[in-house]
Amino acid sequence: MSSGDSAVSGDHASIVVDGLGKTFNVPVREPGLRSAVTSLFNRKTNDVVAVDDVGFTVEAGEIVGFLGPNGAGKTTTLKMLSGLLHPSEGQASVLGYTPFDRDKEFLRQITLVMGNRNQLQWDLPALDSFEMSRAVYRIPRPEFVEQRDELIELLDLGELVSKPVRNLSLGERMKAEIANSLLHRPAVLFLDEPTLGLDVTMQRRIRSFLADYNRRHNATILLTSHYMADVEALCRRVMVINNGSLMFDGDLELLSERFGGHRTLVVTLSEPADLSTYGEVVDDSTPSRPSIRIGGDEAAAVTARLLAEQPVIDLTIEQPPIDDVIERAFGVEADTA
Amino acid sequence: MSTLRWYGDLYLTMARLAIIEQFQYRAANYMYMIGMVAEPVVYLVVWSVVATQQGGEVGGMTPRTIAAYYIVWTLVRNMNIVFTPFGWEQRIREGQLSGQLLRPLHPIHYDLAFFAGWKVVVIVMWLPIAAVLAWLFRPEIDPRLSQVAVFAVAIWGAYLIRSMLLWMLGMVTFWTTRVGAAFDFFFTAELLLSGRVVPMRLMPDWAQTLARYLPFESTFGFPITALVGPISDAELIEGLVRQAFWIVAGAVGVALMWRRATKVFTSVAG
Repeated sequence: MSSGDSAVSGDHASIVVDGLGKTFNVPVREPGLRSAVTSLFNRKTNDVVAVDDVGFTVEAGEIVGFLGPNGAGKTTTLKMLSGLLHPSEGQASVLGYTPFDRDKEFLRQITLVMGNRNQLQWDLPALDSFEMSRAVYRIPRPEFVEQRDELIELLDLGELVSKPVRNLSLGERMKAEIANSLLHRPAVLFLDEPTLGLDVTMQRRIRSFLADYNRRHNATILLTSHYMADVEALCRRVMVINNGSLMFDGDLELLSERFGGHRTLVVTLSEPADLSTYGEVVDDSTPSRPSIRIGGDEAAAVTARLLAEQPVIDLTIEQPPIDDVIERAFGVEADTA
Repeated sequence: MSTLRWYGDLYLTMARLAIIEQFQYRAANYMYMIGMVAEPVVYLVVWSVVATQQGGEVGGMTPRTIAAYYIVWTLVRNMNIVFTPFGWEQRIREGQLSGQLLRPLHPIHYDLAFFAGWKVVVIVMWLPIAAVLAWLFRPEIDPRLSQVAVFAVAIWGAYLIRSMLLWMLGMVTFWTTRVGAAFDFFFTAELLLSGRVVPMRLMPDWAQTLARYLPFESTFGFPITALVGPISDAELIEGLVRQAFWIVAGAVGVALMWRRATKVFTSVAG
């Protein structure tokens, strides 16, 4: 199917998904010799639904966070949208192409970056891998040089691109991976945990680079991350998926307010004290450093009271981890279903 | 950029990267090649002894023509190193194939170009090994110009045929995950019917007839015999035509299997 001839319509949309599903047929066997022998003659399989009836639209230039616990179906969805997996049901259109047709023009306009995968040549400097990408994506040399140098500068790669990839740290390698994935200036970026395992400084650098790339090229970005900071810095809109089904699609603020409005105060005291009147004590394993949970709109007032009434040495306000927010969202969804 | 120029650029770029990478591992490559030389030297010694015991020749081959056969064998064997089914198992298990599928390029081009680049390194490193073997075993070789020309083409033909055969075998991994047993079966058939263990002219008639209908001889026996002889110009052309047939058949087979294989691909390694 060519661009503009999509089965799923969407005038200015980069990504249109309708009723998308993926079921894996997985062999199952009890442990032990007997079941091993039995399985020779009577092989049993289970259908595992990884993605079930998912539908959404992402406009061109939008950055959308795709959230959910491990095994929720995020990566499977990204793989279907990038053409790596055939869906069991439903339709998807990315830039007007059906991803699983794996049209070469489609593949030239997208990228999928997975935080735990390495696409660079391990034994060679990243510059050599960049050269290979130039040849594969048919990038004219002047354009390639301009784009390469710009990415090296923006990602602060400097001399790192001249070292063999095996000698780079995880963060350095990730930056080089991202540069390599963007040399052909893709219009749609599927990012699966792009900041996985990186230190805070490196995470921030990559976040600001992605925001900049989105602004400059009006690129559409679908991002999965377990770091709330990634999502907050980049995405106004989030989609939450669990057990393969889409549970929430809307503003990030709405998600946090609805499901994760609480804050955790970690208080360091000069002597132990009972803080249960200030909020729900969630951790008092160290009596002089308890943690209490309060409502998000109470943070300022409770902090002021604590500082005035208790022997506080130090105090930290923590936002709920994204998994907590999502977990609460699922709890509420289940209760109201 | 025209498609042909693009493929040219692509192959040159990837082959250049393979050369850079493999020269980094020249010591490992040399050890590998030296280890590989052990196999033909064993065959060479055994057949030379047999020839000597039978009054100086076996099946029309003297110890010096046998030496020529197995010294050329070492180059042809190295030219025949391609991406193996074991590599396919690893590719799928570790999720490397996902990265290749995201590129707007059939992954076979990457393998063909990469291993072709490696061959350049192999040929450079093979020359001193061949010189030592020639000094030790005094091969008798006197090819015509047509033989040298056909040999130069046939070793690349052999490389293409074997690449595609093992690609097809490797793609079975999409359906079965483990293909080690199938590869062992293939390897045994190839060993016996290619001219690898024994020059085909020393094999029984039924084996020679069977080999004519299989691709293996085009990957070993033909290129070696093309240079070492005895072979007529008509046989040289026939050999090239056979190679061309197997290249086309291999390409069609790879294309058909690949189309089906990508549909069943479910990223085992996630």
